Amino acid sequence: MTTDVIQDTDHQHDEHHDHKMTGLKRWLYTTNHKDIGSMYLWFSFIMFLVGGAMAMVIRAELFQPGLQIIEPDFFNQMTTVHGLIMVFGAIMPAFTGLANWMIPMMVGAPDMALPRLNNWSFWILPFAFSILLMSFFIGGGAPNFGWTFYAPLSTTYSNGSTAFFVFAVHIMGISSIMGAINIVVTIMNMRAPGMTYMKMPLFVWTFFITAYLLIAVMPVLAGTVTMVLTDTYFGTSFFDAAGGGDPVMFQHIFWFFGHPEVYIMILPAFGIVSTTIPAFSRKPLFGYSSMVYATASIAFLSFIVWAHHMFTTGMPLFGELFFMYCTMLIAVPTGVKVFNWVATMWRGAISFETPMLFSLAFVILFTIGGFSGLMLAMTPVDFQYHDTYFVVAHFHYVLVTGALFSIYAGAYYWLPKWTGYMYDDALSKWHFWCSLISVNLLFFPMHFLGLAGMPRRIPDYALQFADFNKWVSIGGFAFGLSQLIFLAVVIKCIKGGKKAEAKPWDGAEGLEWTVPSPAPYHTFEKPPKID
Amino acid sequence: MTKTPDQNVQKTVKKLVLVVFAMFGFGFAMVPLYDVFCDITGLNGKTANTAAQVNDKGVDESRIVTVQFISHLSKGIPWQFEPMVREIKVHPGEMKLVKFYAKNESSKDIIGQAVPSVSPGQAALYFQKIECFCFNHQPLKAREDVEMALQFYVDPELPEHISTLTLSYTLYDVTESVES
Repeated sequence: MTTDVIQDTDHQHDEHHDHKMTGLKRWLYTTNHKDIGSMYLWFSFIMFLVGGAMAMVIRAELFQPGLQIIEPDFFNQMTTVHGLIMVFGAIMPAFTGLANWMIPMMVGAPDMALPRLNNWSFWILPFAFSILLMSFFIGGGAPNFGWTFYAPLSTTYSNGSTAFFVFAVHIMGISSIMGAINIVVTIMNMRAPGMTYMKMPLFVWTFFITAYLLIAVMPVLAGTVTMVLTDTYFGTSFFDAAGGGDPVMFQHIFWFFGHPEVYIMILPAFGIVSTTIPAFSRKPLFGYSSMVYATASIAFLSFIVWAHHMFTTGMPLFGELFFMYCTMLIAVPTGVKVFNWVATMWRGAISFETPMLFSLAFVILFTIGGFSGLMLAMTPVDFQYHDTYFVVAHFHYVLVTGALFSIYAGAYYWLPKWTGYMYDDALSKWHFWCSLISVNLLFFPMHFLGLAGMPRRIPDYALQFADFNKWVSIGGFAFGLSQLIFLAVVIKCIKGGKKAEAKPWDGAEGLEWTVPSPAPYHTFEKPPKID
Repeated sequence: MTKTPDQNVQKTVKKLVLVVFAMFGFGFAMVPLYDVFCDITGLNGKTANTAAQVNDKGVDESRIVTVQFISHLSKGIPWQFEPMVREIKVHPGEMKLVKFYAKNESSKDIIGQAVPSVSPGQAALYFQKIECFCFNHQPLKAREDVEMALQFYVDPELPEHISTLTLSYTLYDVTESVES
């Protein structure tokens, strides 16, 4: 993409428009996409620490065999709420935050298309998570039925937290849907003149497709939790066999949402590394249009593979084969993507700044997660791997070293643009190397534990798993602590440092680098010109 | 462009909101769709809850099918509930009568309801019940016990690859919903 930008450097004009309110009011009433983006990012990081603290409790309990620190029921609450917070509170809002910050700047728009809706979609989130976390302080405790809330665990056998859970998820869902509508409307209507769809940065494309996925499946999740609510409290029998319902149907409806949901958490990651890898390889992205089509095919396939989560529920052979082959088919567009990233780096002038380090780690470790996903896709072996630590290893490789690492890559890449200062390079490299080593110590041995038969979501385990679990826990604590380094880097970077130029990375492409650093409060009030 | 950008934004928003409501509806539409799909294919192992016709397709003496019986109690029902025969071998088409034993071990009158399920699910369509205690509620007074009958045959058209089928009954306490 070649851009010839006429920069709106009229700062006086900016000051004139800058009737920013001060203090809390500025943040409560803001409709500025940059403010809202920052709030999303901070919120997701706080939630990441809360969910991470729960993971620390889980790993502390699993440090040794036997029950020593917490009760099994509290352990179940920890695994459940850890999952819910990391999915809906950390990864998804972090991506929405990046989308808010970057999409208007990347398409040359002055703001998101629906700024007030944007404010609302952020500000209902703290309420959702307050409701969820409040449930720890009621009689039966927080949700303990797993983040997948399978009926009848969440209905007949609920500990009384189902209503808290359902309303929290409803609010999170409404927030995501509004955010997604905003992204789609912005991309469809606010692009600068001359920016055709196939000229959009890939980052924008992946968020565009992700937003469509959200609009399609979050309402299904809302329907599912509503059915769970009425089954639990209003005597309906959607999932209750005694009243003619079917608990297996819960799994079908849930995973019809759940599988697209996992792509909602990874497609934006593809967009981020497709931005950073070309920048630090100093080459344009290899196979731009194939990347767009691959993303779209992955999104389409995500709707017809849901039952691969349910191979052990007793499906007929035809169903098992259908879902197995469709799942394996996803490896094709994903393979195209990995190939394109590697081809982008091929003979590039690569330099290893921190965003690039996280992107490289993403490519390698996400691929490991993809391969273990292929293993799980095979029906006969899935019967052995189902509900073991192998599954835990698989989805943490995809979500931690995949989604989270890509968010870090994006955050380091755009921090100079956000704050106007360069981050502390040495500290950020500590963050990367500590994270890389500890995350592998944390999740790699889980593959072996799972293959050896250690079940997930159980607070105790057989003695032969003790050594691996000890190392996994040590890796877990180290990974948790390493994330505080990131907090230090960000705070230090906000406070000051080396002044950042408008384009601090010499290989970077895109409209966001044509505005000064830090990005002024209002950008592109006059649309840029694009060839 | 004849429309202003604002009108375009509104148009897109309207379309997307429509999709949101349609997908919310689709979530609920999956419930009847799933039932219809399972009725046709028998995928979820649910058997018919009305009596089947007596077999008129003859008995296939060349095949032997093993039928296993298992029982579960749902949470909180203080009954004893067990098949009196755990496993029998039948020729497809042959009529059989088996009995289940149930006893209310509490000091309260309770109405139970047994819900059947066949595994593998595909076989559900071929498991024909002439008479079954699961067609009706089963009230038992305190400490009362009963032997309950199940008369069935396996349809001779049962697919070749199925040689064993398992019939599972789960017993639920439906006292409250029946009385209200």
